[in-house]
Amino acid sequence: MKSFLSNFSLTLVLALVFSLLLPWWSIMLAAFLSGAIVRLRKASAFVVPFLAIAVFWIVYAWLLSSANDFILAEKIAVLLPLGGNAVLLILVTGIVGGLAAGIAGLFGNQCRALFSQSDQ
Amino acid sequence: MKQFKFILSLLFSVAIFYGLNTKFGSIPPIGKFLNPYTGIWQNERSTEDFKDLSQLDGLTSPVNVHYDEALIPHVFAQNDLDLYRAQGYITAQHRLWQLEFQTRASAGRLSEVVGSDAIRFDRGQRRKGMVFGAENALEKMKEIPELVKNLEAYRDGINSYISSLSPADYPLEYKLLDYSPEPWTLKKTALLLMYMTDMLAGGDSDLKYTNFLKKYGKERFDLFFPDFYDVNDPVIPSERDWSDFGEVSSPDIPGGDSPIAYVSGLLPKPHPDNGSNNWAVGPEKSYSGNAILANDPHLGLNLPSIWYAMQLATPEKNTFGVTLPGAAGIVIGFNNDISWGVTNATRDVKDWYKIQFKDKSRNEYLHNDQWKATTKKIEEIGIRGEKTFYDTVVYTHHGPVTYDASFTDNEELVGYAMKWAGHLGGNNQQTLLELNKAKNYEEYEAALTHFVAPAQNFIFSSADGDIALWIQGKFPNKWEGQGKFLLDGNNPAHDWQGFIPQEHNAHVKNPERGFVSSANQHPTDESYPYYVFNDGYEAYRNRVINDFFRSKEKFDIQDFKDLHNNNYNLKAAELLPHMIQNLDIAQLNPEEEMLLGEVGAWDYYNEIDKKGATIWERWWIQIRNMVWDELAKDENDMPYPFAYQTIYLLKNNPNDKFMDILETPEIETASDLFILSFKKAAADIKSWKDRNGDYAWGEYKSTYVGHLLQALPALSRFNLPIGGNSGIVNATSQNHGPSWRMIVEMSDPPKAFGIYPGGQSGNPGSKYYDDFIDKWAAGEYLEILFMQDESSKDGIMFTQTLTPKQ
Repeated sequence: MKSFLSNFSLTLVLALVFSLLLPWWSIMLAAFLSGAIVRLRKASAFVVPFLAIAVFWIVYAWLLSSANDFILAEKIAVLLPLGGNAVLLILVTGIVGGLAAGIAGLFGNQCRALFSQSDQ
Repeated sequence: MKQFKFILSLLFSVAIFYGLNTKFGSIPPIGKFLNPYTGIWQNERSTEDFKDLSQLDGLTSPVNVHYDEALIPHVFAQNDLDLYRAQGYITAQHRLWQLEFQTRASAGRLSEVVGSDAIRFDRGQRRKGMVFGAENALEKMKEIPELVKNLEAYRDGINSYISSLSPADYPLEYKLLDYSPEPWTLKKTALLLMYMTDMLAGGDSDLKYTNFLKKYGKERFDLFFPDFYDVNDPVIPSERDWSDFGEVSSPDIPGGDSPIAYVSGLLPKPHPDNGSNNWAVGPEKSYSGNAILANDPHLGLNLPSIWYAMQLATPEKNTFGVTLPGAAGIVIGFNNDISWGVTNATRDVKDWYKIQFKDKSRNEYLHNDQWKATTKKIEEIGIRGEKTFYDTVVYTHHGPVTYDASFTDNEELVGYAMKWAGHLGGNNQQTLLELNKAKNYEEYEAALTHFVAPAQNFIFSSADGDIALWIQGKFPNKWEGQGKFLLDGNNPAHDWQGFIPQEHNAHVKNPERGFVSSANQHPTDESYPYYVFNDGYEAYRNRVINDFFRSKEKFDIQDFKDLHNNNYNLKAAELLPHMIQNLDIAQLNPEEEMLLGEVGAWDYYNEIDKKGATIWERWWIQIRNMVWDELAKDENDMPYPFAYQTIYLLKNNPNDKFMDILETPEIETASDLFILSFKKAAADIKSWKDRNGDYAWGEYKSTYVGHLLQALPALSRFNLPIGGNSGIVNATSQNHGPSWRMIVEMSDPPKAFGIYPGGQSGNPGSKYYDDFIDKWAAGEYLEILFMQDESSKDGIMFTQTLTPKQ
């Protein structure tokens, strides 16, 4: 549980910092690094960074969109197409970020496993 | 195992990165697009959070920009250079993507952004010589150093805004199409003006007319395409006599034959309804004694709107109106002394020459029986994700050879060269800046002299009580018949022989009738001493407008609003009773009888709740298609006679051979067509009713305002409840209509009303993106805030100050 929390918060903090400087894939870098630093087992290596970034993107997108009455979100949800449902678009946003982060987190874990003897 | 898992997770990581960072077809790169810190969520804002203090490189003094509640900026600068710099900056702030996209379209550079789908379009733009025309215009602009300085300030203002952006700030469309803005240049301003020139003066029917002439002969041509209709209520009133012109000379009709050839595979023409209304009453016809002027240019209904409203003020001048993003100054508007507006003059300023090349190299062509050298321009068309496409365009002294073997299936040694006023190089930009500060008729008249193409009916009124209208452009002085059909590129007598002198352009000042107006109709009657023929003149709106102004003594602003929104369908009134009278009712089934009852009881007003209007419009389309089925089915591109002449023929030549429907063994006459087309229209309406329910005109027409990117449904507005149609004063058809309605009374200070179908912000995430549309559809106006100075902030939402960079 402790490693869950530390991976989760490290991913989040790194993602926040990197997002100031780097494009969207900064979340992949953040999840990769925290995966390489904080060891997670099995599915949690994917799930924890997934959740960290999904929450980050959902909350951020929600804050921006709700301040403007979801005007654009409803239009983009027609474009993509999600039936004009802004909430669905926000969820999709979270899932997209989460997937990218989860996979990068897995990769970080595998790197750590490959290069670290103590893991044997 | 460890290695395997490592490699697998590496592959997954690469795959998801690639998958979310790449554009697939029309799907934007999803990771880039949806992330909340650089993606679309950053565009989810209504007022762009303009920084109160934006530092602007090159400003000499602070500029205050007061935004009213419609988000219209009222710009107060200390001098012209600061003013135009601020105009560029603010325009980019609201309309950056549109600014760039329109000039890309003009230059034939869309393939760079959207890929190979746009190649044919881009090649067409290059072959029309759009860039050639822009370069010629730019040379002309450079003759006036002060203008160049103003345009450079405008350019630098746009570029200051662009360079202040990070990818997170890019307008939505850049994120959707995954590209970045590029710096603005003076040439782009020239390209924007060419875009308008092409839209308004890029149409001609010479080659289609030639196809018709070859197939049907001159007698038939003259019947279907007369130089003048049997009614004419021209722009310049018939009372105008031209004796003040003195002796007028026009070239003689040369001997020798004109080439007669079928030419097909022609480029698309601009929308035939591109046109406008304008009118003004002088003091004696005005309720208040102040001249009143109105204008409404009819263009495609797009988002972001083609217009952007602004007030531009310095200590020397104070102007309000609409701007075209990409051009400096106000295009249609008013100041404290004058107001002006435009409608399209629709003159034939584009002609075609048949060119004979010496050999396949196309290095020489025949002119005056001598081989002359061509020049070649190699057009590089960049295509997103593919290799650059190269297209060689051959130029003769006439102009670019638009159609040749490399573009259409011509014979190898034959080409068709375009001679177009749009290529001459004019200085429309100078006209606009001079009009912005003009104080009286003389200054208006002087400002117009720079304006070459697209020829416009410039309407004018002043606080002094003058009203006037000049049909302004640079018009070739043609021999009778010149340029109606394909011309001989070898015969020097077929070249343009010169131009109508500026002072002989048709114009009228303070006519006796007390009003001036134009609605794309014939410029003059037959007494005008230069050659003009009917190249697509409107024959309905003008008569409704002029009849209205002849109908009573005094007019007020409400009358002007009512006329803008007038839905009277004169075309229907002139044909429908005749069709009903000549209809064989015995052939109708009960459902058709019901429709006939509805259309028979209709009052000729295309209002949204009128079913009769829908029945008429359907009936009209069907009958027109039946009359001209021979032309639609022809293997060559054929011209369609205009509505007025079609109706004339239906009433006066009911047994003409064209009334026959090719597919049927019988020989039809006009009254056969009335019943057949009515039955077809009834079937159309029935199937529409089965799918959609009510067929009242508003719902049937279902007007929409479409986003510039092929009317992407997410970014467009549909099913707007507005009446009217093409040929009606309220010229709103499905996706075309009044793009800016303006009414100005020249009181002190002027009182003005305006509206356009869009919103000030180009950002689809802003509530100001489309907030004028409902008002526009309802026929309402914004009461224009015309600030006389900065002391009163009434109606101002917030102020943005641009300061010189320290």
